[in-house]
Amino acid sequence: MHSLLPFFHVWAYLQTQPLLGLAATLCAWELACMLDIKAGHKAWTNPTVLAVLMLVAVLLLTGTSYQAYFTGAVYIHFLLGPATVALAVPMYANWPAIRRNFVPILVSLGAGSVVAALSAMIIAHLLGAPRAIVVSLGPKSVTTPIAMGVAQELGGIPALTAVFVIITGMFGTLICGPLFKAARIKDWQAQGLAAGTAAHGIATSHMIRLNETAGAFGGLAIGLNGVVTALVLPVLVALLGL
Amino acid sequence: MVRALTILILYELIGTILQQGTGLPVPGPVIGLILALGWLLKFGPPDGDLRQAAQSLLKYLGLLFVPAGVGVVSELGVLKQNAPAIIIAIAVSTTLGLLVTGVTMQWFLSRREAKPHA
Repeated sequence: MHSLLPFFHVWAYLQTQPLLGLAATLCAWELACMLDIKAGHKAWTNPTVLAVLMLVAVLLLTGTSYQAYFTGAVYIHFLLGPATVALAVPMYANWPAIRRNFVPILVSLGAGSVVAALSAMIIAHLLGAPRAIVVSLGPKSVTTPIAMGVAQELGGIPALTAVFVIITGMFGTLICGPLFKAARIKDWQAQGLAAGTAAHGIATSHMIRLNETAGAFGGLAIGLNGVVTALVLPVLVALLGL
Repeated sequence: MVRALTILILYELIGTILQQGTGLPVPGPVIGLILALGWLLKFGPPDGDLRQAAQSLLKYLGLLFVPAGVGVVSELGVLKQNAPAIIIAIAVSTTLGLLVTGVTMQWFLSRREAKPHA
């Protein structure tokens, strides 16, 4: 027992330092990516999901608080801001395609975006979910950094939104194939735009593997829907009286 | 790389200042994104440095939201309590979103094919 004392000392010290949370996040990510590659990039082996599950398990097993973990993880979290601004670069690259079909793209994307956000919030509200959950569901079709920022602005819980975004992406990836077939959505442009609008980067990375055009339209939908949702959702939330 | 990162952070900073100053409910980084896109459209393509920095950041986007995702550890109770509402809301709304966007876009594209001179 006595020989364990230095170990506890080091552990107690590390818990107050940023190094442990940072190292744990990076290790979990690397491990998750290895598993994802081994499994052949399945929708359910999404590296973000795997890394989050591993870290949640570690925190629960070691009795570490989220705050203690976040003192280190904040250095990775901080990069979400610049990454959001960086979306301007692929949006600029896609601009000729957006301009060529400006009205069809904006109308289709706007309609899908509003329907997805409104139906999610109305259903959750009718099923008795509290306001914080309802509002956190609003931006779930949008790429995570924008979704979390929007949730924060509207009084939602960004961590919940991050989880909802990931579940949405996985669900969208799983059903988009059969759904497109059933609804006779045959054009790759329409498929890519729908995947990127309703299920952001997770479904888009799936479409990229099927067809290049679908991937490009998914990519432009991610950025456009991020901006559209950030601008429109505050109005929708006010209209619903939430 | 450092110069490109500085540019991205400055846009985020300007966006955040505008957001705080105007009280708009749009996140500061999204305002920064709109400003950056406007700048690129007006003054030409990004240089190699900025393009590379943006690509690297976006390539690891999945890693960047792990810390926030782990925050769910503090919300497990709320999540469990509302699990049916959340699952139904996400499943129905994602299906509707895919359908509405896909069907509308398909309609526009088919109409164009039917009327090549329109």
